[in-house]
Amino acid sequence: MQFMLLFSRQGKLRLQKWYVPLSDKEKKKITRELVQTVLARKPKMCSFLEWRDLKIVYKRYASLYFCCAIEDQDNELITLEIIHRYVELLDKYFGSVCELDIIFNFEKAYFILDEFLLGGEVQETSKKNVLKAIEQADLLQEFQKLL
Amino acid sequence: MVASSSSLKLQDLIQEIREAKTQAQEREVIQKECAHIRASFRDGDPLHRHRQLTKLLYVHLLGYPAHFGQMECLKLIASPRFTDKRVGYLGAMLLLDERQDAHLLITNSIKNDLSQGIQAVQGLALCTLSATGSAEMCRDLATEVEKLLLQPSAYVRKKAVLTAVHMIRKAPELSDIFLPPCAQLLHEHHHGILLGTITLITELCERSPAALKHFRKMVPQLVHILRTVVTTGYSKEHSISGVSDPFLQVQILRLLRILGRNHEESSETMNDLLAQVATNTDTSRNAGNAVLFETVLTIMDIRSAAGLRVLAVNILGRFLLNTDRNIRYVALTSLLRLVQSDHSAVQRHRPTVVECLREPDGSLSRRALELSLALVNSSNVQAMIQELQGFLESCPPDLQADCASGILLAAERFAPTKRWHIDTTLRVLTTAGTHVRDDAVASLTQLIGGAQELHAYSVRRLYSALAEDISQQPLVQAATWCIGEYGDLLLEGSCEETEPLQVEEEEVLALLERVLQSHMSLPATRGYALTALVKLSTRLRGDNRIRQVVSIYRSCLDVELQQRAVEYNTLFQKYDHMRAAILEKIPLVERGGSQVDEEAKESKETAQLSEAAPVPTEPQASKLLDLLDLLDGPSGDAQHPRPLDPTPGSALIHLLNLPCAPPPPAPIPNLKVFEREGLQLDLSFVRPPGTPTLLLITVTATNTSGGDVTHFICQAAVPKSFQLQLQAPSGDTVPAQGGLPMTQLLRILNPKKAPLRLKLRLTYNHFGQSVQEIFEVNNLPVEAWQ
Repeated sequence: MQFMLLFSRQGKLRLQKWYVPLSDKEKKKITRELVQTVLARKPKMCSFLEWRDLKIVYKRYASLYFCCAIEDQDNELITLEIIHRYVELLDKYFGSVCELDIIFNFEKAYFILDEFLLGGEVQETSKKNVLKAIEQADLLQEFQKLL
Repeated sequence: MVASSSSLKLQDLIQEIREAKTQAQEREVIQKECAHIRASFRDGDPLHRHRQLTKLLYVHLLGYPAHFGQMECLKLIASPRFTDKRVGYLGAMLLLDERQDAHLLITNSIKNDLSQGIQAVQGLALCTLSATGSAEMCRDLATEVEKLLLQPSAYVRKKAVLTAVHMIRKAPELSDIFLPPCAQLLHEHHHGILLGTITLITELCERSPAALKHFRKMVPQLVHILRTVVTTGYSKEHSISGVSDPFLQVQILRLLRILGRNHEESSETMNDLLAQVATNTDTSRNAGNAVLFETVLTIMDIRSAAGLRVLAVNILGRFLLNTDRNIRYVALTSLLRLVQSDHSAVQRHRPTVVECLREPDGSLSRRALELSLALVNSSNVQAMIQELQGFLESCPPDLQADCASGILLAAERFAPTKRWHIDTTLRVLTTAGTHVRDDAVASLTQLIGGAQELHAYSVRRLYSALAEDISQQPLVQAATWCIGEYGDLLLEGSCEETEPLQVEEEEVLALLERVLQSHMSLPATRGYALTALVKLSTRLRGDNRIRQVVSIYRSCLDVELQQRAVEYNTLFQKYDHMRAAILEKIPLVERGGSQVDEEAKESKETAQLSEAAPVPTEPQASKLLDLLDLLDGPSGDAQHPRPLDPTPGSALIHLLNLPCAPPPPAPIPNLKVFEREGLQLDLSFVRPPGTPTLLLITVTATNTSGGDVTHFICQAAVPKSFQLQLQAPSGDTVPAQGGLPMTQLLRILNPKKAPLRLKLRLTYNHFGQSVQEIFEVNNLPVEAWQ
């Protein structure tokens, strides 16, 4: 995976995870253009599109678009499963997650993603293990506060 | 809401930003807060540093500058507190990508964190390294990461393996370090580590043929691992919709694909398993289909058994019928990749592919179009083009150009009849004229030009189409050309292949004039129309209207049109006698042969000459036959018609090839052949280099007497095996007193290189008497024929 973007129906960015080195300017340009392209898609269209030389896989959950850019040899259907797993993790963590949770706890959204994907690849296929790791990190954080 | 003057908590900041009604308001809130954050960084408050950075990161997410937080990331990463590290590393990943100068400075912190004992901290370090580590950093920290591959903690190991993947991508030489541990790692039971290992091996194999060879030995082991995963019962932890760990299955299948490619033995080893996965995977949900899809890709890419390949293509065919649009999309994409290598297998699914043309989703219909065009062959061309024409009428504009050119190409390759080809092209031009390529008009005119039996049909159809719509330029150009060429066929009688069409001359002219005047017509189109009008002047009955129009356009502002009009007008005035010949119909066009224009020009030139040059050879031909009686070839055969050119036309064509200037002087000596009362005849000989069988003789008649020689005619005869041609003489009078000599050129072909014999017959008037002389030329130089 090259990058993952989360954005609202109004085009506001909620999370951006880049696995390739690009300048700030380039990232902004890509984000702007891609968000426009995806938002222009009609509801009944398929989740895949070609954009520049990348394959884009996106899915809308309520008011949020989850959008991934994968390489030519990557499997689009399994990428949909990756997106879905991430949403499930967020859901489990926040308890019936909605966009507001991700807005007000954006750093947590990143932490969860970083326990599921690493360097753009899936690192853990057990939902349980991912959630356990987050839990332990949160505990560690709390524990240190008490010290 | 009144903005507070002190620093906000993160949640409050976010709230305030959201409540801002305008962009300007939002900017104001953020700028104010950033001022606080900057101050806080300056003051160096360690306790709240992480809070300040978090706020800054939020602001950065909204698109505002945050570079002044970079150094704070470094400080936070170096702090012993976990909270600080968590936020610091996040900040590093967002603000400190490898292009920043400060980037390298975190190398040391990462190194420390990798080697200390807390897993969560090691995790943070590895995560940051794998997300943004530069090549240099990777080289520095490779050994640290290598050590972690063997650590007891699965949590750390799984992250270390994937970090190694990133390191190899950045610094490929590190493959040497990370290849050896793979064998042991493959024995892991932990799915995360296993998955990471497979990913690592895949990366190594893709980069190095040596690694590829090395890991091929592990194919049996990989097959065993996959089989275990597949046959394991439902596992709450790893299953998705009844499919065991689809992420892991897909990754293994991908590795198998790379290992089995172009390798018989490996392909054979995985054959059974692939068949098993292909048939047993639950396809009711996306997870199963994802695995099935990867399986199909693998089967098609390795050296699989024929039966397995057919199974794979059939799976794709089933995908095409799936209600899930995404599944249909990947099916179309894959079939497109296979259409060259497994053409007949894909052909079986042609009807379904054609169905997909009707998809409302642009991504799908585009794929379906590409695939449909690839499936057209000589047996299905008519049905397929019919479908594609239907698609062309309703498809989105961005696909029209590709569809139109695709149809025309397919028609070019597989047209069963010329008429079908013309019909198809006409339909495309009518439906999507503005999107066709420039050469479509040329192709159509060539096509029509070469099909004589379809001239009447074509001109009628094009006329009808033009009468309906004069806006589509390629159609207009082709139609005006056709009407110009075959306008006469448009008016006469009926053509049984089209509906009866009553067209009056005036209607035709009116239509062409409309095209000429329309603001929709391109300059080139108007040129076509004007030329067509002029051509019609010889094909229709009256031409007054045409003359008028041409005359008007002599003052047209468009220079090209003006020039044409002036030339055509001159044609009407000064060269009216040549007009018919010049505007003759072009000869039948050779498909793919010379350009239409050149042929037209050539025929015009020959037509012109046939009117211009008088031909005196006919009388000579008959007289020469008499001479033949006198000359027998050495074989003693009875005379038979000599290979002279009897028709004036052909003599003319040869005229064009003869040099107009006298032949260059050659070393063969001249010969005086006749003399009587002051009239002398000399022969000069030329053997042009490059044509050993050709001899050119110039007869020169000079008159030194006091009286003119008039009505002078010279004729010649040669043996049977020779070919003789006489050019027209320079005149028939040889003036007295050494006036201008008369010359005549004889052209002799001697293919058998036989000895030359030449007989001459002269008739003329001299001193009031008619003279006739017949004699054979003696002493002909041998160089004339050897």
